[in-house]
Amino acid sequence: MTTSATSPASTARRERSVEVLIVGAGPAGLAAAAELARAGAGPVEVIDREEHAGGIPRHSHHTGYGIRDLHRLMTGPAYARHYEGLATASGATVRTGVTATGWAGPLTLQTTSPSGLESITARAVVLATGARERPRSARLVPGTRPAGVYTTGMLQQTVYLRGQGVGRRAVIVGAEHVSYSAVMTLDHAGVKVAAMVTDLPRQQSYAAFRLGAGVRYRFPLLTGTTVTRLIGRGRLQGVEVRRADGRTEVIEADTIVFTGDWVPDYELARRGGLAVDPGTRGPSVDTALRTSVPGVFAAGNLLHPVETADAVALDGRHVAGSVIAHLSGAPEAAGVPVDVREPLRWVAPGRVGPAGPPPPRDRFILWTARFVPRPTVEIVQDGRTLLRQVTRRTLIPNRPIYIPAGWRTAVDPERGPVTITVR
Amino acid sequence: MNDVPGGPGDQAAYDVVVVGAGVVGTAIARELAHHDLRIAVLDAAADVGDGTSKANTAILHTGFDATPGTLESRLVRRGYELLEGYAATTGIPVEPLGALLVAWDDEQLAALPKLKAKAEANGYDRTRVVDAGEVYRREPRLGPGALGALHVPGESIICPWTTTLAFATEAVQAGVDLRLDTRVGEVVAGDGDRPHEIRTSRGVVRARYVVNAAGLWSDELDRLFGHHGFTVTPRRGELIVYDKLARPLVNHILLPVPTARGKGVLVAPTVYGNVMLGPTAEDLNDKTDTGSSAGGLAFLREKGAKIMPALLEEEVSAVYAGLRAATEHGDYQLRSHPEQRYVCVGGIRSTGLTASLAIAEHVMGLLVEAGLAAGPRRELEPPRMPNIGEAFPRPYQRADLVAADPDYGRIVCHCERVTRGEIRDAMRGALPPRTLDGLRRRTRALNGRCQGFYCGAEVRELFDHPPAVSVSRLRADGDGQARTGDTETTSGEARP
Repeated sequence: MTTSATSPASTARRERSVEVLIVGAGPAGLAAAAELARAGAGPVEVIDREEHAGGIPRHSHHTGYGIRDLHRLMTGPAYARHYEGLATASGATVRTGVTATGWAGPLTLQTTSPSGLESITARAVVLATGARERPRSARLVPGTRPAGVYTTGMLQQTVYLRGQGVGRRAVIVGAEHVSYSAVMTLDHAGVKVAAMVTDLPRQQSYAAFRLGAGVRYRFPLLTGTTVTRLIGRGRLQGVEVRRADGRTEVIEADTIVFTGDWVPDYELARRGGLAVDPGTRGPSVDTALRTSVPGVFAAGNLLHPVETADAVALDGRHVAGSVIAHLSGAPEAAGVPVDVREPLRWVAPGRVGPAGPPPPRDRFILWTARFVPRPTVEIVQDGRTLLRQVTRRTLIPNRPIYIPAGWRTAVDPERGPVTITVR
Repeated sequence: MNDVPGGPGDQAAYDVVVVGAGVVGTAIARELAHHDLRIAVLDAAADVGDGTSKANTAILHTGFDATPGTLESRLVRRGYELLEGYAATTGIPVEPLGALLVAWDDEQLAALPKLKAKAEANGYDRTRVVDAGEVYRREPRLGPGALGALHVPGESIICPWTTTLAFATEAVQAGVDLRLDTRVGEVVAGDGDRPHEIRTSRGVVRARYVVNAAGLWSDELDRLFGHHGFTVTPRRGELIVYDKLARPLVNHILLPVPTARGKGVLVAPTVYGNVMLGPTAEDLNDKTDTGSSAGGLAFLREKGAKIMPALLEEEVSAVYAGLRAATEHGDYQLRSHPEQRYVCVGGIRSTGLTASLAIAEHVMGLLVEAGLAAGPRRELEPPRMPNIGEAFPRPYQRADLVAADPDYGRIVCHCERVTRGEIRDAMRGALPPRTLDGLRRRTRALNGRCQGFYCGAEVRELFDHPPAVSVSRLRADGDGQARTGDTETTSGEARP
């Protein structure tokens, strides 16, 4: 018996409704779900395309999770389990192995899972789809296409979730927090780190991380160094780099890990026609984490690639309040865009209005492309200075920079964009 | 010496051995398989289509710009017809988007009427010169400065991987021996009744007739038969593949207008829903140098920024480099040596994908002329290939398939939406992949924007330990039809 693909039988979707649909069961989505369910928001459902809930912490086996949100110290997997348990115990439904494949309406998502195809309509949708590291191809690193090329995310799953072999000698590209996470994962897999390279003049993680890792794992940190070519057919054999002084050398390695350089997983946001923030490339949101489509919210690293899991979970709690306000019919207030100037790359949230709530954790997050010592941060709207702040603390790339949010009440919704500069 | 069929331990020589399992070699094998013959295909690589066939611009050409009167012109035109039909039957993804050859300066604009006349000399009369207004109506995201274009409605995009796999699958199912990882070393040419002896990395293979479809190495194999008619220069073409979110930017295949100052680069959608920018054209010495280069990528980005600036704002999913078999001649090097029972199919350039079935038909004729007793042609049941294109519903979009087999609802590769069921089918199919790259080409798994960040470890697991086939009897065939499979294999058993 055959069935035509275009007949209703082959494309029929189950149609359902929930009060709140959350896409992504990482810390942001689960924290939002727990908060919403606890507040009695009605049926709250979280879907995640992976087989297990928890998001990135699921495969980050080192400790350091839970400091700012739970006030304790946990490993990634324990943290992931904690939030899944919290969401479920609060009454939210967490469904894994369910992929949101597209939109069938402003608040209707299409899904595929082993139990079939669905169209789920909600009164509010929260996108919490997270961020990923840019792979080698997107960084346009020339050379061959051998095996042995990883991102940290792939490496961690290979080692911790699948117990697969990796290699013997690795080059780590990047020198930020996640790069040290890659060091630990490689060590766990018995892979020696041949070098850590960054094209920036200094590493960007905590000094203690570099010191600790340097002593314990003994590898050179090559600053001002760019990967210019991958060498090796079949398997990676070497990594050609150009050093700060212009010299080119080849580091022998069978493994290379591209770390950091985060990009939000914005496919669903863009397919839904949400306005995009030109800086983060995620959806544009205001301080209530409302997107350009009424009833659609966003939270977590989709908005600020990339923050630590605890900050992301606090985003989730924050967005829950905004969703509840929306469900109870609170009026939407349009904000003005917040722009940044070089060397700043983005600010999150990227829209602001005097009537909205404070942003998550009562602060804005900035991202810089280069080190800025003794910075003066200035926030201006239409010639009016809203904030001028001089600090001794150097702005460091690949790490969130926080600025207080009190100035937002002085924003005039009629006077156009707000601009943030640093000198 | 290995005790393999056709080896010294096996007295029976093959009727025909095809050297090279690219799109041309497998098309020839498929054609031969329609006759009652013993056939083998040899390739040094671990998979079919692992050379030039896997990394090209993936276009089904009308042949409008071929040099009129050449064999290439004739075979591309005929091949287009044949492959269009074969693709429809087997489910090879094809999208007839049409092409625009965009003129960016007066020289290019002046060349358009000549290209139209050339197309007509090639028997293709559907081209039309369009003005700038129509160009921008058709392609609103094109960069500024286009002066006009030649519209070629028949140009299509096609899946080069599925094409080669379909030919190979049909051949293997008809009894052709596909011998991969088998590198040809020496040839002791036969004479009289004595067959050729092909010494390979896996023993000696004997053949009454040999077809050289060795692509980049076709000149070297030709020399083993004592001929010196051409030299292959590997011409590297680097390509940048942009993310699926770029796909709505482009409606046609945007081809450059060839002028005296050389060919430009093209921007074209792929059947997988991406957008491709390329290729470069750089003559090399090394026939294995498929690495990309900083200079090549910078050149492509510079060209792309002019053709479609918005494209460069999107993420890059992949960078490839392929090698085309360029020769010093302007045409295919397709020569029969009846006295040697040998046919050389050399110098097949990027049009080889389109021309493949016509080349096979032509080679079959040459073999028969050279004395091959092929007997009558029998009909074969063409395979139904898994649909990895975006023009028709993929398994994850099909409620009927998911209901029959939940593994088609388990999306493993999220960027490309490849399900566990499809990976399992590929691993248990007639031509299972021997490498992860082979699995990529059969399913698209790992080909997306994240390049394995999310699914790399899981796909590797499914490759190393393929899941068992469930009790379901439905297969995800390319025509979007749920059909009853011909097997009732259950857990654990290998599928035929």
